Amino acid sequence: MALDAGGQQRTLKPMHLVWLAALSAVFALWMWGKNVMPWAFKVPRELRIPARTWIGNAMDWLVETATFGLFTFMELTRFISAAVDAPYRAVLSLLSTGFLKGQGSDAVQMLPPLSWVAVIAIVGLIGQYAGGRKLALLVTACFGFIAVFGQWNNAMITLASILIAVPLGTAGGLLLGIAAWRWPVVDAMLRPVLDLMQTVPVFAYLVPILVLFGFGPTAAIIATIIYAMPPMTRITTLALRGVVPEISDLGNMVGCTRRQMVWKVMVPSAMQSLMVGVNQVIMLSLNMVIIASMIGAGGLGYEVLTALRRLDIGTGVEAGFAIVALAVALDRLSQALARRASSHQHAEAASGGLLARHPYTVAAIAVVILTGLLGLALPALQSFPEALLLTTGDFWNEVVKWINVNYFDQLEAVKNALLLNVMIPFKRFLTGLPWAGVAGLLVLSGWSLGGWRLALLTGVLAYLIAVTGQWEKAMITVYLCGISVVLACLIGIPIGMYTASSKRLWTWVEAVIDTLQTLPSFVYLMPAVMLFRVGDFTAMLAIVAYAVSPVIRYTALGLQRVPESLIEAGRANGCTDWQLMTKIRVKLALPEIMLGINQTVMLALSMLVITALVGTRDLGQEVYIALTKADTGRGIVAGLAVAFIAIIADRLITAGAGRLRARFGLSQREASV
Amino acid sequence: MTTKGIAKTAGFAMAFTLATAMTLSPAWAEAESKDPIKLTLHDWTGQLITTQIMGEVLKKAGYNIEYVQADYIAQFAGLKTGDLHVAMEIWETTGRDAMDEATATGNVENLGETGMQAIEEWWYPAYMKEKCPGLPNWEALKDEKCAEAFSTAETAPKGRYLGGPVTWGGYDDERVEALELPFEVVHAGTDAALFAELESAYQRQAPVMLWVYAPHWAPAKYQGEWVQFPAYTKECYEDPAWGTNPDAKYDCGKPRGPIWKVAWSGVKDKWPGAHKAIQAFNINNDEMGAMITEVDLNGKKLEDVVADWMSKNEGRWSDWVK
Repeated sequence: MALDAGGQQRTLKPMHLVWLAALSAVFALWMWGKNVMPWAFKVPRELRIPARTWIGNAMDWLVETATFGLFTFMELTRFISAAVDAPYRAVLSLLSTGFLKGQGSDAVQMLPPLSWVAVIAIVGLIGQYAGGRKLALLVTACFGFIAVFGQWNNAMITLASILIAVPLGTAGGLLLGIAAWRWPVVDAMLRPVLDLMQTVPVFAYLVPILVLFGFGPTAAIIATIIYAMPPMTRITTLALRGVVPEISDLGNMVGCTRRQMVWKVMVPSAMQSLMVGVNQVIMLSLNMVIIASMIGAGGLGYEVLTALRRLDIGTGVEAGFAIVALAVALDRLSQALARRASSHQHAEAASGGLLARHPYTVAAIAVVILTGLLGLALPALQSFPEALLLTTGDFWNEVVKWINVNYFDQLEAVKNALLLNVMIPFKRFLTGLPWAGVAGLLVLSGWSLGGWRLALLTGVLAYLIAVTGQWEKAMITVYLCGISVVLACLIGIPIGMYTASSKRLWTWVEAVIDTLQTLPSFVYLMPAVMLFRVGDFTAMLAIVAYAVSPVIRYTALGLQRVPESLIEAGRANGCTDWQLMTKIRVKLALPEIMLGINQTVMLALSMLVITALVGTRDLGQEVYIALTKADTGRGIVAGLAVAFIAIIADRLITAGAGRLRARFGLSQREASV
Repeated sequence: MTTKGIAKTAGFAMAFTLATAMTLSPAWAEAESKDPIKLTLHDWTGQLITTQIMGEVLKKAGYNIEYVQADYIAQFAGLKTGDLHVAMEIWETTGRDAMDEATATGNVENLGETGMQAIEEWWYPAYMKEKCPGLPNWEALKDEKCAEAFSTAETAPKGRYLGGPVTWGGYDDERVEALELPFEVVHAGTDAALFAELESAYQRQAPVMLWVYAPHWAPAKYQGEWVQFPAYTKECYEDPAWGTNPDAKYDCGKPRGPIWKVAWSGVKDKWPGAHKAIQAFNINNDEMGAMITEVDLNGKKLEDVVADWMSKNEGRWSDWVK
């Protein structure tokens, strides 16, 4: 950059001349090009690619005629769904419905499900085993919260589908990750697929999944797995590459076969990093709860949806926090198990009886049998007694009403000021830009940040968005996400900077941002509509609330990692606190902060389909319309356009962060996924 | 066993226990398939009530019933393949296209009207009549003062009309143009958002004009009226010459139409008795409105409300399964 903080040198490098020329060219095109080159503003119909029809036809072909000779494609997918369905039914019987004989309403219960006492006792025991008394208390409290607020049965349905989706997602991710680690070809092929799996909105492929895998919880589980698996795959590959060479050398020396090498040497050594992946799978699966309930998964997500449809905010909040409680319990348990697994030095106590060797298993079985038998006599042990249920009742509705009646005018004034002066002008500006000019600038940024490969990628993706006829909606998407990301950074970076130095403050902030990420946004979206009406402003608030966490997290993380010696050096040179912050800490943490912003962009884009529910007009709405009209081609084309925007943003920001690192002479740190 | 017998015994038995359904199976139901009939549940209360009434009636007749949650439009894919069997509420106003497309394949069958009529129209709370005295006649909306009463900062001086989600159709943008109303149409993304705005405005007694439909709990909870547009006719939507504006279509109100029942074509052969019962199912708007109010506003359990209806209307539903 020519304008350095020192300000001594101000030279014009050739790169700047190129930028200057490009910007003036785009400006000229924007101002005067409309009549000369109309195709640069709107792709003429005859030049468009009818991708929508192609994808629709391909889908019909898959469903109706595709065949592997012995069996059709549809039979294959139906077989998979039956294979997923059987274990799901088993877990569901155990947790919720009891073991049944027969189908439908003719079914007779042979064995009751696990009672609430038994489930709480078992998770408590796992907590005790994995992390001691403190963890046991925490998970018991989480499950207790669910029981007391009357969400038990719904939570067990959700838990059953999570208990199926998480192991399958983990195993699938692990296998793909190992394959990618062993064969570079697989890695190269997998990369774009993983990008798409993470960035194409789930709504876009729900319809084909329903058709191929049938209706009901199974299809929802499969959609969940598709969405939650990519981080596991990425982390596996990274973790295996990160295993120190000494360990693999050792494996070679003692004569491991290839299989032994993978399963006995590499995977155990990478265990701790792998558990981070498991944790991500759990979190993302819980993120899917609402969407899964729209296609028949039932459970807590369905409760949130129906409660808010009758504007019962209290029940919606209670069910929403039950999801948070479930997420917290599962997250802490998996982390504790990971720590235990990586530090399992305690020798197996081979001596002693069954009780001494497996105290926890024996205790769990005892609890199940005992509560099962007692439950027959005491119904309160089997299902939580209704008399003891708590509810927030009308409290939340009254809170929203109070704010609404007393402060609506003030809120409206703030909203209008922002909307009329910032948002709408920005939207008009972006949608008025010629696509050819924007694509050109993207190519130039790609070239200057990462060379011709990046330039080619950004150019092709931008071109594809335009020729499939999605440009205007894509620009509205960029406007909405862009403004939200800027706002999230304005809020998140200062919070991250402020909390980085204080550990106590950080635990609180972390609890809040964890909650924001797991609480279904639908819970606060409807009260937001009551206070701010439908439209872009409400959508922006929801996006900011969901997407602000990574920027806070990474800012704090980056600042904490700045070496103390550099700060000491700064102090010795007489820097003030402000200078220490701006000249040393923030500068050195900049690559980390950029990664945080990158994640925020990704989360903002993934919120688009949810904000479509409050009447935005962007690609998210297009995907949502396609879903309700069961138009596969339209949904996937719009979904791909979202993915392309995400990929362009991701690649440009990552390349930028890499250059910054190189400039500050920082080593390439492991980027988390 | 005769149906009278069922009715009589059912009076004594606890409603809905599996035991009742099993001991009371009439001979003809036993001869039919014992596989569960899958009825779809969606995410609005009225549909849940309709479906559960049908389900409970079929249970009494000895059928095996399973409720499956499915999306309103996406369910047609399942009905075509026979994954799902019966959908109890397809609204003429919102589901007609999807239904026609499905029945055209021959795999889905229309089982006639439910007896309920879908009403969808522009709606305003009663307190707005003071600011706009000409209402409910639509011509009052042409008055600029009246339109301004409905405006917000974004739309002023035009009035703001909150339409349904884009997917509901409804031709409101075209209607505003055809009738030359000084209004701007804003689309809500989902019906939860629609009623959240109504609730908010009603709490503050603030102006609001929006799309409300019935049967729904909103017209029962809030006092207000539907705007009276020129009545819908088929010509109005097809022929520009019709109506006040000779150059434009849609210069009239929205169509009101029946709510349909549809089923997978295989139901007729697999469970002929159930097929007949579903065809016979009939319930009207007032009954349904009352039940929705009980559940959504008075906080009663849906199962209890359905059970209550069953015990009060034994004569009616026993006719359906005769």
